[in-house]
Amino acid sequence: MNKVFHVMYDDDDTLKGAASQLVAKGIRVKDVFSPFPIHGIDPIIGVKRTRLAIASFMYATTGTTLALLGMWYFMISDWPMNIGGKPSFSLIENLPAFIPVTFEFSVLCAAHGMAITYLLRNGTLPGMPATNPDPRTTDNMFVMEITTEDNHLAADELESFIKETPLVELSIKEYK
Amino acid sequence: MQREAAIREPLILGNKSYKDITDDVVGPIQGPAPIGWKIMITISAIIAVYGVGSILYLLGTGIGVWGLNKTVGWSWDITNFVWWVGIGHAGTLISAVLLLFRQKWRMAINRSAEAMTIFAVIMAATFPGIHMGRIWVSYWVLPLPNQFGSLWVNFNSPLLWDVFAISTYFSVSLVFWYIGLIPDFATIRDRMVKPLPKKIYGILAFGWSGRAKHWTRFEEVSLVLAGIATPLVFSVHSIVSMDFATSVIPGWHTTIFPPYFVSGAVFSGFAMVQTLLLIMRKGMKLENYIHVKHVEYMNIVIIVTGSIVGVAYLTELFISWYSGVEYESYAFINRFSGPYSWSYWIMMTCNVISPQLFWFKKIRRSLIATFILSIVVNIGMWFERYVIIVTSIHRDYNPSSWGEFHPSSMDLGIFIGTLGIFFTLFLGFARFFPVLALNELKTILKSSGEAYKKQHDNH
Repeated sequence: MNKVFHVMYDDDDTLKGAASQLVAKGIRVKDVFSPFPIHGIDPIIGVKRTRLAIASFMYATTGTTLALLGMWYFMISDWPMNIGGKPSFSLIENLPAFIPVTFEFSVLCAAHGMAITYLLRNGTLPGMPATNPDPRTTDNMFVMEITTEDNHLAADELESFIKETPLVELSIKEYK
Repeated sequence: MQREAAIREPLILGNKSYKDITDDVVGPIQGPAPIGWKIMITISAIIAVYGVGSILYLLGTGIGVWGLNKTVGWSWDITNFVWWVGIGHAGTLISAVLLLFRQKWRMAINRSAEAMTIFAVIMAATFPGIHMGRIWVSYWVLPLPNQFGSLWVNFNSPLLWDVFAISTYFSVSLVFWYIGLIPDFATIRDRMVKPLPKKIYGILAFGWSGRAKHWTRFEEVSLVLAGIATPLVFSVHSIVSMDFATSVIPGWHTTIFPPYFVSGAVFSGFAMVQTLLLIMRKGMKLENYIHVKHVEYMNIVIIVTGSIVGVAYLTELFISWYSGVEYESYAFINRFSGPYSWSYWIMMTCNVISPQLFWFKKIRRSLIATFILSIVVNIGMWFERYVIIVTSIHRDYNPSSWGEFHPSSMDLGIFIGTLGIFFTLFLGFARFFPVLALNELKTILKSSGEAYKKQHDNH
């Protein structure tokens, strides 16, 4: 039977200190639930940097390409028109007029692509159930999640290490 | 831990804890609606209904019900459009540009400024929509395959650029706003006791749980969205200005328009933020979060952008003479001395002279003076667009076709109506949404909270 420990702290800096203390003993902290981003917690508990920005850049270049391709097809290839003596016969000559839409469409694709990727990767979508162990973690409490599955230590050993930190509450649950 | 210089005024007053911040923002949502709110939303809703009625009448009858004529083909409709878009610039500026500059004071005002942006852009988009007359064919502005050729929309036209700019701006602002709202909806969800509100906020919160990895992604998304929203803000009003600047009408055909319009937009947007927030902080007892220092910071932005606008007016005037083009010179002489000179002088007084009063620290830090001046600025900015549009086209190259514009009751009804719809939406937001960015404010409590700062000083 595996055990999950939810260790609650009442301050972000206290939690950060406790996390460093436990990690120094070779304990793996599975996750942290907090009401706001705790700066500096990621390297302590081993959260890797997100690659969302790279994804966003790729969405932006997709947008740029699609916009230019579209405008080339609509204005140059399919139905070229002579508008106010400014004929549309080549993409490169018409490019200055196409810059605004190219820019807007790139931003549109980058922003929406990144936002959708963000929501999907997080698994935060309309109607999804909340998974925070205690409702106070979105208010003023900070919870660290530690499981026996991730750690080599026995449950009571882990518990005694956890109890050395300045915690407020500790809840232990069993799961299969 | 992050520290801030002791000399800086704290951004969060009083002895606040994380819990107090939640209580102060979520408390009003849980409690019964205050009487003042009920009165205000009733008045706004009545005006909104009148506006919707006017719009329906216009759509049913045709845009001939406006006071437009052969000479003055654009007037209040486009004035209102540009005015609303301009107001809609402050929100994204506050949340994106100020985020990039790490201005922490934005955190108290960004949520409501962004809400204001979204509602203002909806109001703005109404005008070109109904100006089409046959709004049911408004999808023709999109490049869709059709049976006329295919005859595509003209990508050389600034009016089409505007379609892309406004729709991108609206949807990106909405996404930026909502991504920030998700964690705060989760806070409300976890506080709600009644099952139905809990369920609704639960759906709105998308199952947010505040995991460390999610917060990392959240911060990255906020930063990248801010990075791409910043040039977007500047591009949108530049493109709006190109609706005029790429034409050959004297008074419009000016290269100064894009920067001049962008600073004008920021100017009026901040003024509207001041108008709304000064009422909201009082009504919702947020004096500890939005206080005199925030108002002062915003007034400084108003002085800077107002001065840029003033310089632009004078430059325009000088260049019209210096260019030696007589049509151009006449357009400007006519502006300040012709039949519409009254509107020119209203614009000059409200936009150039009145914001200069903020150089005085007493006025800049006075809430009443700020409230009055913020309304004055928005009146001035409405007249700016009116002056640019109407005075430029009412007398153009051919004197036999000179004319004047007289607004009809529908011009007035639709304009007042959009104000009603805007305030109804904003009041709805103030009642049911977290009006402060809770998760952001909590990050600065230890560095900029009054009690914490005092504690640091004693060490």
